[in-house]
Amino acid sequence: MSWILILEQSLNGLQFGLMLFLLAAGLTLVFGIMDMINLAHGSLYMLGAFIASTFVQLTGSFTLGVLLAVPATAVVGMILEMSLLRTLYARDHLSQVLATFALILIINELVRLVWGSDAALPGPAALSGPVELLPGLRYPSYRLLIIGVGLAVAVLLYLLVTKTKVGMLVRAGASNREMALAMGVNIKTLFTLVFGVGAALCAVAGAMLAPLFAVQVGMGENILILAFVVIVIGGIGSIRGALVGAVLVGVVDTIGRAFLPILLGAFFQPRVASAAGPALASVMIYLIMAVVLYFRPKGLFPARG
Amino acid sequence: MKRSLVVLALLIVYPLAMQAIDHLFYVSFASRLLIYAIAATSLNLVLGYGGMISFGHAAFVGAGAYVASIALAEGVTSAWIGWPAAILASALLAWVIGAISLRTRGVYFIMITLAFAQMMFYLVNSMKAYGGDEGLTLPQRATLGFGLDLANEVVFYYVVLALLVAILYCLHRLVHSRFGRVMVAIRENEARVEAIGLPVYRYQLACFVIAGAAGGLAGALLASHGKYVNPNVLHWVQSGTLMIMVILGGVGHLWGGVIGAVALLTLEHAIADYPVPWLTQLAPNYQQHANLGVGLVLLLIVLFAPQGIAGLLSRKRHARA
Amino acid sequence: MLELKQVSKRFGGVVATDNVTLDVAQGEVHALIGPNGAGKTTLISQISGSLDVDSGEITFQGSPITRAKQYERVKAGLARSYQITSIFKRFSVLDNLALAVQARSGSSFSFWRPVASEAALFEEARVLAGEVGLSEKLHSLAATLAHGEQRALEVGLALATRPKLVLLDEPMAGMGPEESARMIELIGKVRAKLTVLLVEHDMDAVFRLADRITVLVNGRVIATGTPGKIRADAEVRRAYLGDEVAAA
Repeated sequence: MSWILILEQSLNGLQFGLMLFLLAAGLTLVFGIMDMINLAHGSLYMLGAFIASTFVQLTGSFTLGVLLAVPATAVVGMILEMSLLRTLYARDHLSQVLATFALILIINELVRLVWGSDAALPGPAALSGPVELLPGLRYPSYRLLIIGVGLAVAVLLYLLVTKTKVGMLVRAGASNREMALAMGVNIKTLFTLVFGVGAALCAVAGAMLAPLFAVQVGMGENILILAFVVIVIGGIGSIRGALVGAVLVGVVDTIGRAFLPILLGAFFQPRVASAAGPALASVMIYLIMAVVLYFRPKGLFPARG
Repeated sequence: MKRSLVVLALLIVYPLAMQAIDHLFYVSFASRLLIYAIAATSLNLVLGYGGMISFGHAAFVGAGAYVASIALAEGVTSAWIGWPAAILASALLAWVIGAISLRTRGVYFIMITLAFAQMMFYLVNSMKAYGGDEGLTLPQRATLGFGLDLANEVVFYYVVLALLVAILYCLHRLVHSRFGRVMVAIRENEARVEAIGLPVYRYQLACFVIAGAAGGLAGALLASHGKYVNPNVLHWVQSGTLMIMVILGGVGHLWGGVIGAVALLTLEHAIADYPVPWLTQLAPNYQQHANLGVGLVLLLIVLFAPQGIAGLLSRKRHARA
Repeated sequence: MLELKQVSKRFGGVVATDNVTLDVAQGEVHALIGPNGAGKTTLISQISGSLDVDSGEITFQGSPITRAKQYERVKAGLARSYQITSIFKRFSVLDNLALAVQARSGSSFSFWRPVASEAALFEEARVLAGEVGLSEKLHSLAATLAHGEQRALEVGLALATRPKLVLLDEPMAGMGPEESARMIELIGKVRAKLTVLLVEHDMDAVFRLADRITVLVNGRVIATGTPGKIRADAEVRRAYLGDEVAAA
């Protein structure tokens, strides 16, 4: 087991974690501020990828395609919020769960009708080769781009939330909604904006990850669960929690899958290791979630005390 | 009460009628409906009466299905061993998942139950010994003895029906018992229940385990019915489907799970197997997009008729009186 | 009967309870008064067990209960009524009280026998309803009761658990003079059988009912003593009573 391999997998984990963070950030804000469970968040991620694939085909450029897809998805998200999701804020959680679950079904079928079951989104040709980070460590340059974009967005979000007036309103809303309302914050616009930003983040993640994973109907559901785990670990309403949780989940999951079978193989018979390894790896992050919850039922950094 | 007896009579007569007109497939289909009715009813206990939005109920149905399947695959064909084992396994799983999840509330609880169920999905998916993601085909249905051959569709149907009736009756007694009152009170005002001296956590956990056990029975029946099991039975979309059934039928109504399961599965079957001419003209492969219809129906129900079909029926009855 | 020693609690930067030490003697009616935001309900919640204390000790009937869960304290004989009405709105008055009686008597892990068959539960509930003046409304849905009646039910729920000490958090909140008079009468009846820690703003009621009074300001106890002593206390007048005392 070489250090090169460990470093490489760690970078993969970081890359995946940062993209998870983009999803989780939007989701945790919606939960925290609007107290609404939005299962359709994964659908926005999927839409971002599909819309990007179309734009990339139209413009012939990866960068342009992605840059166009982000605001487009944000607009879709905001329309969704203003037309339907707004009516759910006042409803109980069960209604929110069921209504957004219905949305998943509807959006999945609509995507199938428009695009078919999958689409192609190849990465930019210029970044198809590896880069030599350290002597002996060659890492795909596209993945480096993802890490770069993820970090840039994280910094941007941090600045937005901590240094701007809007960000302050968002934080106030996340920690005490009634108080924010009482102070006359224009709640409707704020909510729509938060939702739009969340959708934009989803689109970035969806478009960036598309060349690595497949762009297909149902991709949203798989990653949504992970986003939930991230938020539960990190704490609802907390962006810092989302970042810590996401990187933790991303790294543990990636490294777990890569090394657990090998690690088990050192102690157990190969037959046992090859069966138990993948099983344990896929269960790893849920175990961590369970442990965190046992000691901190509200996550590591809950926005509301 | 009278209505229930009429429905029961119809259900008893049904397979004989189908047999008479030589449509045995519909007996098998009905068995499947009733099995899902059991599953949905078990979810109704925890969701409708207990007020716990558990989005991972498929894990318990799936655990039951897999334990029963593994028993059959390993040659243990007696239902008297396989089915109780399935129930026990699901109950145990519900205990563990419930014990952790019920320490949380609200949004956290929903997401955690979802996550745990998905964890079970991945776990089962990686069990290569029992089919992994391809699933496991079973040599036969379980055996009951006493001259009851479960391979016979009509016999199987009656066994499932008997179990469903038993479960509904148990649910009825449960709701009106001391335990049932406490559960409904918890749903109404959890803090006050604690304040009159009842440990809310323990009651919720008990409810969760009972519901999980019943779900496990449904899973065992499902495995025998199709002689096949695959990890999708644990997927969270399945949990969602069960929830759709419960809300469609009527959350917190005794027959809610049954009505919802029958309605949803019949609807799906009707869309898939009976093309409507003018709709086919409009959209040639609309049948492949049945989920769009399901999604829209669900949305409409949540927005405009959250009490489901049972709710609408009972409103009409009160309005008349 | 109830002893608090140096109980403290903070929420982030705010000190809600500041080294509170007080005791409630058996059989007395002990009133807890203070301006809004003084932390009275927070203190009650810590005594009843729905809030954790950060530091300090609470002893009930000689046994420490600081770490005990809320339902355990209720079982030991410590009940509470809420300032913001917290009843079972979709139950009838009878069912509300019957549930509380059920909680006290025997195990509720009973899954088969219908509650309706337990006549004793409902009989006791009826008696309780009579005590709090709700005999006419037994079968009304709690949500349809008038405010005063809901407050009476609120107290009834606390009494149903047959406590030895009851914490009444502003039982007269939002009541008119007639309803308040009835509540004062009820508390008067109740004090014969159990100990009362009463939080109230209605000074008339407080001075009429209380054996001793503790004054809480900004989470701190600034005075404890008989009504006469409290009335005369200069700091209390400054902090809280002021003109009200002059009027009384």
